[in-house]
Amino acid sequence: MEVPILKQGDFLIATIQAALADADLLHLRSALLQQVVRCRSRGVIVDVTSLDVMDSFASRTLREIAQMIRLRGAETVIVGIQPEVAFAMVQLGLKLEQVATALDLEEGLAHLKRKSESPA
Amino acid sequence: MDTEIQVPINSDQDIVIARQKGRLLAAALSFSSVDATLIATAISELARNIITYAKSGEIRLTAINGSARRGIRLVARDEGPGINDIQQALRDGFSTSGSLGLGLPGVRRLVDEFEIVSEKNRGTTVTAQKWKP
Repeated sequence: MEVPILKQGDFLIATIQAALADADLLHLRSALLQQVVRCRSRGVIVDVTSLDVMDSFASRTLREIAQMIRLRGAETVIVGIQPEVAFAMVQLGLKLEQVATALDLEEGLAHLKRKSESPA
Repeated sequence: MDTEIQVPINSDQDIVIARQKGRLLAAALSFSSVDATLIATAISELARNIITYAKSGEIRLTAINGSARRGIRLVARDEGPGINDIQQALRDGFSTSGSLGLGLPGVRRLVDEFEIVSEKNRGTTVTAQKWKP
């Protein structure tokens, strides 16, 4: 199950549309990194609205994606974590430290725009 | 009548299948969507431990339809290397962010009852139960 990656201006948007196996997540990681380099993107949004389970592997892979992309000088925002998923993640002890999160795609884009206008 | 579903765990795809079956079973027992997510997440973690440490095994899901209590029993069984020190495995990873350890303390928090039986070089069986409130 491949995750489509759309380019929108300086940003990339990856929308997870179905349950992902570990291999799909690893594929997403390398595909996003390649695209960030190719498109010289300033920011990446990973939309996980359709993800019904975020286990330790998924959350670790998302954290790695954000760290790698940060090393490229770009910012990652995870958007759309479902309330049930957030609850399970906290119970499980999973954290997305140092990874920006936002309510939805719109808020994620707003976050990236603020970031790229006033670089830290 | 108790319903039992067996899911062989041999690849990362099977992890997804197991947790989807768990969610369906939870829905059939009319668990809340939060509890169904907790159950699916616990299955995902237990199935991943099978792949990571034992390569293959199985997940058994049982719907417990008793007159007193209703719930789901998850059994994750493998014939892998076993866990050396169960006490440590239950401590390990408690403070980590999920990158190290078996993540068992986390799984234990997702369910109501949790038990591990493991024998060196013979395998590990984790049994977890989630009751309907």
